Amino acid sequence: MNKIVYLVPLFPLIGFLINGLGRKSLSKSLIGIIGSATVLASFIVSLVLFFDVKAHGASIVDYFNFINVDSLKVSFAFQIDALSSLFLLIITGVGFLIHVYSTAYMIDEEPQHYGRYFAYLNLFIFSMLLLVMGANYVIMFIGWEGVGLCSYLLIGFWFKNDNFNYAAKKAFVMNRIGDLGFLLALFWLIQKLGTANYADVFAHASSLSSFDVTAITILLFVGAMGKSAQIPLYTWLPDAMAGPTPVSALIHAATMVTAGIYMIARSNVLYSMSEVTMNLVAIIGLATALFSATIALKQNDIKKVLAYSTVSQLGYMFLGLGVGAYTGAVFHVMTHAFFKALLFLAAGSVIHAMHHEQDIRKMGGLKKHLPITHITFLLGCIAISGIPPFSGFFSKDEILAAAFAKNPIYWGLGVAGAAMTAFYMFRLYATTFLGTFRGTHDQEHHLHESPAAMTIPLIILALLSVIGGFVGVPEILGGHHELRSFLSPVITTEVEHHIEHSTEYLLMGISVAVAAIAIIFAINKFSKKPELAEATGFGKVLSNKWYVDELYDTVFVRTTLAKGKFLKNIIEKNIIDGAVNGVGKLVNYSSRQLRLIQSGLVSGYILFMVLAIIVVVLIWVNDGYIYKFFSTLF
Amino acid sequence: MPIQYYIILSLALFCIGIVGVLVRRNVIIVFMCVELMLNAVNLLLVAFSKMHHGIAVVNDKATTVGTDAQLFVFFIMVVAAAEVSVGLAIIVMMYRNTHSVDVNFLNRLKN
Amino acid sequence: MIPVLLILIPLLSGLVTFFLKDEKAAKSWSLLSSVITLAVVFSGLFIYDHNSESNFNAAWLPALGSSFSLSLDGMGKMLTLLTAISFPVVFASTYKNSYKESGSFYGLMLLTQAGLMGVFVAADALLFYFFWELALIPVYFLCSIWGGEKRIAVTFKFFIYTFIGSLLMLAGILYLYFQTPDHSFAIKSLYSLHLSVKDQNIIFWLFFIAFAIKMPIFPFHTWQPDTYEQSPTAVTMILSGVMVKMGIFAVIRWLLPIFPDAVAHFSTIIIIFSIIGMIYASLIAIQQDDIKRLIAYSSIAHIGLMCAAIFAHNRIGLEGVLIQMFNHGINVIGLWIVADVIEQQLGTRKLSELGGLAQKAPVLAILLVVMALANIALPLTNAFVGEFLMFNGLFQYNVWFAAIAGISIILAAVYTLNMVQKIFYGNTVSITANAVDAKNNVQWILIVLVVVVLLLGVYPQPLINLTKDTVNIILVNR
Repeated sequence: MNKIVYLVPLFPLIGFLINGLGRKSLSKSLIGIIGSATVLASFIVSLVLFFDVKAHGASIVDYFNFINVDSLKVSFAFQIDALSSLFLLIITGVGFLIHVYSTAYMIDEEPQHYGRYFAYLNLFIFSMLLLVMGANYVIMFIGWEGVGLCSYLLIGFWFKNDNFNYAAKKAFVMNRIGDLGFLLALFWLIQKLGTANYADVFAHASSLSSFDVTAITILLFVGAMGKSAQIPLYTWLPDAMAGPTPVSALIHAATMVTAGIYMIARSNVLYSMSEVTMNLVAIIGLATALFSATIALKQNDIKKVLAYSTVSQLGYMFLGLGVGAYTGAVFHVMTHAFFKALLFLAAGSVIHAMHHEQDIRKMGGLKKHLPITHITFLLGCIAISGIPPFSGFFSKDEILAAAFAKNPIYWGLGVAGAAMTAFYMFRLYATTFLGTFRGTHDQEHHLHESPAAMTIPLIILALLSVIGGFVGVPEILGGHHELRSFLSPVITTEVEHHIEHSTEYLLMGISVAVAAIAIIFAINKFSKKPELAEATGFGKVLSNKWYVDELYDTVFVRTTLAKGKFLKNIIEKNIIDGAVNGVGKLVNYSSRQLRLIQSGLVSGYILFMVLAIIVVVLIWVNDGYIYKFFSTLF
Repeated sequence: MPIQYYIILSLALFCIGIVGVLVRRNVIIVFMCVELMLNAVNLLLVAFSKMHHGIAVVNDKATTVGTDAQLFVFFIMVVAAAEVSVGLAIIVMMYRNTHSVDVNFLNRLKN
Repeated sequence: MIPVLLILIPLLSGLVTFFLKDEKAAKSWSLLSSVITLAVVFSGLFIYDHNSESNFNAAWLPALGSSFSLSLDGMGKMLTLLTAISFPVVFASTYKNSYKESGSFYGLMLLTQAGLMGVFVAADALLFYFFWELALIPVYFLCSIWGGEKRIAVTFKFFIYTFIGSLLMLAGILYLYFQTPDHSFAIKSLYSLHLSVKDQNIIFWLFFIAFAIKMPIFPFHTWQPDTYEQSPTAVTMILSGVMVKMGIFAVIRWLLPIFPDAVAHFSTIIIIFSIIGMIYASLIAIQQDDIKRLIAYSSIAHIGLMCAAIFAHNRIGLEGVLIQMFNHGINVIGLWIVADVIEQQLGTRKLSELGGLAQKAPVLAILLVVMALANIALPLTNAFVGEFLMFNGLFQYNVWFAAIAGISIILAAVYTLNMVQKIFYGNTVSITANAVDAKNNVQWILIVLVVVVLLLGVYPQPLINLTKDTVNIILVNR
């Protein structure tokens, strides 16, 4: 089986090369087929690998020495185990569906840009595969930066619009801040353990001091904050919605942003050794989950709501990681990939039908025009709200139960966040699909259900959102939690929590009830008379995202620019270059002054001569005393 | 006569020469002052020479110690004579060209 | 024989070029000469016999104890390869530019190449000094005759600056010469010197200031942006692609082994200055509007990292510096080529006046983006490996230094993406409305560079292996 591992990333790479180089000569349909087929091929290989791992366990395939200096040996190696094979399936599976969807969604682009789009998308899949397949942190980092690049390229895909370009740049730079943390953690590991291979690192983790472990895990977590959009590095993700909607579905919902969760789950051995980091992860995750949920309450852009919802769900995943429910977090990654990709794609279908209108206040009543989109979107909303037996229920419940075992306050806040999630999702749903249409007449006339290439992925994802949770049914509901037993070889430090069965039933009941109340409330409130006016008071603060962007702009961006300006105009020009030129000026000035001595008066010259002779004679006459005096000086 | 007399005399002559060179602008006077300085040195050389010779003769009648300074005096006189001839020629040329014997008049080499 | 050929071919063909009146003849002749040099370097790469082919020794000034002795070790091979690659690349990519008195222009360029080659292969301190100056003087004429409008003042500053450095170095070399027991300039005698700590601490600075000016290290860098801006782009490519490597090379070859105690003593202060320079140059680069000045400051930031990693003085960092010398040369030449194409075609280098070029010149846009990504050391480009190793080395020296220096990789992303965005993205403006894509010769050259960038990014081991022996010598001599 090891022989075919390299095929997984190779197919998308080939797709990238063909589409990238041939984008001017290939027809659109061919580009679409190549783009999708390569990912499908990867998916098939991933399936084979998945079952192989299930039957025979993990394997590491070593290809060549990437860097081999002194004692540092980094090999270009892939590790196929339970965790990576699961992610492979998610990436290639959801990725394939989104590729298919894109063939229709992007059809209006010129062929050359169409090809460019698919090339970027394939390159993204390639990088993401490297990220999860790498057998050491360096390869993970390669994929880590690679996906950041693709995210940059795709956010700024419509490069004529400068706002999109700024959003792309913001995403890249904020990711880079996180990447620096990752890189430092990597160096720390290499310095202490001399290796970056997962197997070696985890085997020797016990030799690290507790300070080292805490530092490494916190730095790694900084990397995860950037990539997975956690406080304080989350503001790029909502702006990243500038990219085409399938990109938001693939990169900014289903796959790339979960890289941070993958990384921490992968390093669970290290994380479990540091209580400090675990608490930090849990608190940051919870804070992000609540904070972004409040922002999502007041957004009117269909994609922005979903974006903040993504940030919030990622927060839940980190909460899960922080309380030791690694499996729960990974489980939530999977179900989230299904329903959030679904929601984004359905939103894309709406945007497509509305001719690139994204403001939900101008929608409404789309239920009868877009029946398939409507149903699938509704299923997605139910799934994300955590209503049983939809997939979101199981994964979210697992995280919340673990949070309760750790600290009931975590659980309480988590449930509050879940209620907000249910509320804003159904606010979105009701405003968009229920009520009456509020757009222009022209738009209404052109409303149409999307083509099959878009609806079929929606249907498949909807199906997965509904049933995806059954791989992790907890024991108290009569399941076996197959996902946990599958992942157990990788996630060895899962925190086992023991809650009374009665308590657990109670917890489930409360969270479901809260979510259901929020849903009913939202539908009642918004289906008849949606909020159309600009928000005021506290609502305005929320709709302006707590003014965090403005804060960052003032505190970081402007000061950095101002520093640059100061250095360029003041320090560089006056002080440093001034010093250099000053030396030159000094030489010039002194030569001009000394020139005056050459007066042309013979007697003047002779006077100098005589004085000099007198000085020399004095030095000599004093028995070398003056000479000695001077020689002591130097 | 004690050697100090000679030294003071020649110092006086030398200083007169220097001051003359420094303060006078007439090139011929300057020239003469230079000669005065040369002769002050000559006088000193002869005086020291005589002194050293006188001391050495006490031990050895046939000694030539101290006489070589007098050779230098002749050298200096010869060189001074040559210098005078060249210098006077220059002064004559200078007068012909500028109708002046002021040393400060020819200062175009400054700067 | 090979090192002699490396010097002789450009030297002789350069002298011939002075007499070529026809512009086309001068161009083709110098291109041919540089390609032949490249072929010779390639043949040298595959020769590992260290006695016959890669060394050369002849009497030069026996009375002084100096001999014409050349040797080609791993680092020398790599840098001569860089020099040999960059000249044909420069000639070919600027083939369409025309220069007045082109015979002299190309002649001086080839003389520069001869000087550079000499610097990289010299195994004798006096000879090294000789070539160091030989490389500098033609550049002075190239800038002051063919440069921009402020060329006279700028090249004067450049010349005085580097010349002061050279004189200090000469004083240092002479001091070392008198310390050797056999009064010799040979590198072997200098390596076996055991200077007192006090001597080292003084002489170290004589050498280091010369090299720091050349690299350049903050605060000796102010000649660089001006010179890069005013020089003709072909010269700028050589200056920043190859010539600044002379400084780094010299530190590794002449400083680390001879003054081990002084290096250990001053490493912290030098690293601090390097890191200040990195952040400083990055911040200024963000504010630049001129493409050439932006690349110049970006280059200062990258060189700062190399200098810091050298003085971290461990194997990983040093290996990173060695391969990064090559990689940075390739990347920065690629960036200059794009800058030159834009300036030649659109007549401006101001970012604020450009925009939307990607619509008109998609191929150029893609190639620049790859080069820009290499400039910010994205993984799977060549610069990543070098920077990874260098930061790693720096980290081993001191955690905080690595963390603060790391800020520069964030800033690098800011200014590089800024540049890409302002040139290529957005809507077209009046200047770029009628722009066309780069000419074929430029495209092919950039494609070659991009392939090199990606190949070395995926499989950097050949470069690492090539320079391994040098690292051994440098670190073992301690």
